Amino acid sequence: MKHTVFSTCGMCSVRCPIQVEVTDGRVTWIEGNPYVSGIERSLCARGSAGLSLLYDFERPQYPMIRTGERGSGQFRKATWDEAFAYIADAVSKIQAQYGKKSVALVDRGAGLFGEIQRCFLRAIGSPNYFNHDDFCRKNVDLAYQTLLGYVRSEVGYDFSNTRHMVFYGRNALESLGVREANNIIKGLTNGAKLTYIDVRATKTATKATKFFQIRPGSDYALNLALINVILRENLFDKDFVERFVTGLPELENFVKPYTPDWAEKETGIPAYEIINFARQLASDSPKVILYPGWFAARYMDAFYFVRSVIILNVLLGSIEQKGGLILAKTPKEVGVKGLNSLLERIPAPADKRVEAEEGKGFLYDGAGHILHLFRTIKKGKPYPVKALFVYRYDPFAGITHKDIKEILTGLELLVAIDTNYSATAWYADVILPESTYLERDDIIGMRRGAKPTLIMRRKAINPIYDTKARWEIFTGLAKACGAGEYMPYETIEDIWNYQLQDTGIKIEDFNKNGQVALCKDPVMYSRDELKFKTPSGKIEILSSKMTEREVPYFFDFQSPPKPDTQKGEFRLIFGRMAVHTQVQTHNNRYLNEILPENDLWINEEVAKKLNIKDGDIVEVSSNDYTGKIRAKVTPFIHPEAVFMYRGFENEVPLKTRSYGKGLNEGRLLKGAFEKMAYGSHTGALFECFVKVRKPQEVH
Amino acid sequence: MFCQGKKASGGALMSKYHIYLNTERCIGCHACEVHCKTKNDLPVGPRLCRIIESEIKLIGGLPRQKFVFKTCFHCEDPKCVKACPTGAMQKRSKDGIVFVEQSLCDGCKACITACPWEIPQWNKETGKVVKCDYCKDRVDQGLEPACVTKCTTKALKFVTKHQEQKKEICELSHQ
Repeated sequence: MKHTVFSTCGMCSVRCPIQVEVTDGRVTWIEGNPYVSGIERSLCARGSAGLSLLYDFERPQYPMIRTGERGSGQFRKATWDEAFAYIADAVSKIQAQYGKKSVALVDRGAGLFGEIQRCFLRAIGSPNYFNHDDFCRKNVDLAYQTLLGYVRSEVGYDFSNTRHMVFYGRNALESLGVREANNIIKGLTNGAKLTYIDVRATKTATKATKFFQIRPGSDYALNLALINVILRENLFDKDFVERFVTGLPELENFVKPYTPDWAEKETGIPAYEIINFARQLASDSPKVILYPGWFAARYMDAFYFVRSVIILNVLLGSIEQKGGLILAKTPKEVGVKGLNSLLERIPAPADKRVEAEEGKGFLYDGAGHILHLFRTIKKGKPYPVKALFVYRYDPFAGITHKDIKEILTGLELLVAIDTNYSATAWYADVILPESTYLERDDIIGMRRGAKPTLIMRRKAINPIYDTKARWEIFTGLAKACGAGEYMPYETIEDIWNYQLQDTGIKIEDFNKNGQVALCKDPVMYSRDELKFKTPSGKIEILSSKMTEREVPYFFDFQSPPKPDTQKGEFRLIFGRMAVHTQVQTHNNRYLNEILPENDLWINEEVAKKLNIKDGDIVEVSSNDYTGKIRAKVTPFIHPEAVFMYRGFENEVPLKTRSYGKGLNEGRLLKGAFEKMAYGSHTGALFECFVKVRKPQEVH
Repeated sequence: MFCQGKKASGGALMSKYHIYLNTERCIGCHACEVHCKTKNDLPVGPRLCRIIESEIKLIGGLPRQKFVFKTCFHCEDPKCVKACPTGAMQKRSKDGIVFVEQSLCDGCKACITACPWEIPQWNKETGKVVKCDYCKDRVDQGLEPACVTKCTTKALKFVTKHQEQKKEICELSHQ
């Protein structure tokens, strides 16, 4: 017996639409949804490797309760009822002693299906929701909010129709989304330019029509000079700027000292190249896309850098423009009723999240700052947070051992909910095993865009092991904690029906191809109709949100410190590749087979001076952690930086294929928790230096 | 290669199919390799197709990288077929696909030794040889091989060489 199920991939956060073939109860084939343009059966390596995740026995198979010391790996098998009761008991004691707000939940980001875990937290009366965005996209979110009043997921990029796309270290063809990659290739095939700016030549750089190997930490300097040229030479879109932008004179005044000659000294990019680049962008405008980044928690000036990228788009008139940036439309804007919120039916907690007590001088939004959370747990200030739920995110895989230890000391309860044995789960008090995306239904999600579309994830088969779907876990937890009334769902259909109530859309409508679009054609506004979601309805360079939070509108460029490369000191840069997702997939047998360990990119001139040859094993040290890795000696990385693919050197022995292989960049991020980006308080993960040397021979 | 096929007598032709990689579209993501492994339910070890990456080079002042898609050539006169003592390694007469009939393979590895391209692979779970057969079960249903069907950026193409096309190409190559 063979049948197919439309669903949504879960191997990374892009969540591509898929079609799954099931033969006699076994998943035999996964392909991209053939009915979705830009997908048309395509799938990346990780997407296909979902099969080996599903049938892998090296993943949690039943609830586990810790019996030994934290980190000892000693757990006992538990039933779900037992695990829920254990957690409920601990939560009740902690909340009785420290208050409702002493429980926090952190996830990877709400995404398409993430409302359900927030419901649980709200149901038990805590405001302390956090996600990993501070180590990822939060600067982009905050920058869009200050300028346009939109959030990041409400801005789309029309790569296939653009004339010029610009990526700053956004390695779009390796840190991969299938549809995005296809649109970029389509754009290039149509003759678009691709300018790629990075400290190293990635696979994206190898498709670029222009590549700038920039000095690490100076992207913001480049942008200030681009703005300087565009304003000085009157290259901006006057119609657009006059209609929509406030604060131009202040901007003009601010960028005056940031000339191309000045930027040359900071970036290493010749002044004439910067001038040409600005002129080229202007001649390609308004069909230009300067991509503000995905992972943007790089440098201390990251928030102001991202603002400068968006400001460039604004000056070039590429907002709400074919071949440029396209704004998402709400269900209301396309004339229909959207999904009912599961979260909003639960009363908001009386308490405030930790940063409400952290004063002003930084921005925040719907999810708290993770560095604030960890600081709060470590120090017990502004108030104690003693219980932490970590859902499908693995903070302990990417930070130093010292930070892990300090966080653990502050916690009385740590619950890890995951499909993987995460590094966090290894230290947890309770591990709740989630069913893989092929074995679980999720709540209905909405993919935002000019044509908002409802998306469903449906299980292809029943769970193989004693695992549960996310909605079952969080409704179960709520019930166990005495808050079941807020999540009164017995089946996934109860949830879907509530979400769809009064929308005119039925569950069966998803059978046809797995999605339901809320309008027939993408909705775009002409300049006469266009209005922004800031308080003034304009694009606010002098942001009212920043005024209110006492955050300066402009930030002077501060030249990044130079590592002493002669002494083997480098700035540590890390990134993604197409076959692995963050720290999650390295133990997947098919993906592990292709890339079992990482290597260290190091500039050939510098390597020569340090007597390091291609293929040598070298020692990388942050002073409190030292690891070994193979050197990849290449001219295609800036001399001040070393680079490695991230997520290796797994420390959980139960994942035998990836155990100990390669080097974990997170263990080397000494002091990263003390570095909070200006204005946004996100992480600044490329601000750490390491020492590289050939291992000393022992005689 | 087409011309060799045309000249051969006795109906022994190279496969009427081949897989073409558009290196402009290829992003070196290795998805094809995993599409293949999942389709063929292979353990770690045997890899029936590979993306070979060149080192990055500066070409016209720009960093460039080339990718080669490596799989079985489905030779006109396959050494693996000749070397196989049990008749497991076969060439389909209708389209020239070289494949292993699993029920006949006794795991002697003669084909692995015979092939100059390291195409036949050892499946230690079954104790038999596996190799690319262009997903002939899919081809027989009018579908394309797994690697081509799901290629991330549609860089791989499954090309059918009809006799007519072959003739034209041979003529062109002789001009």
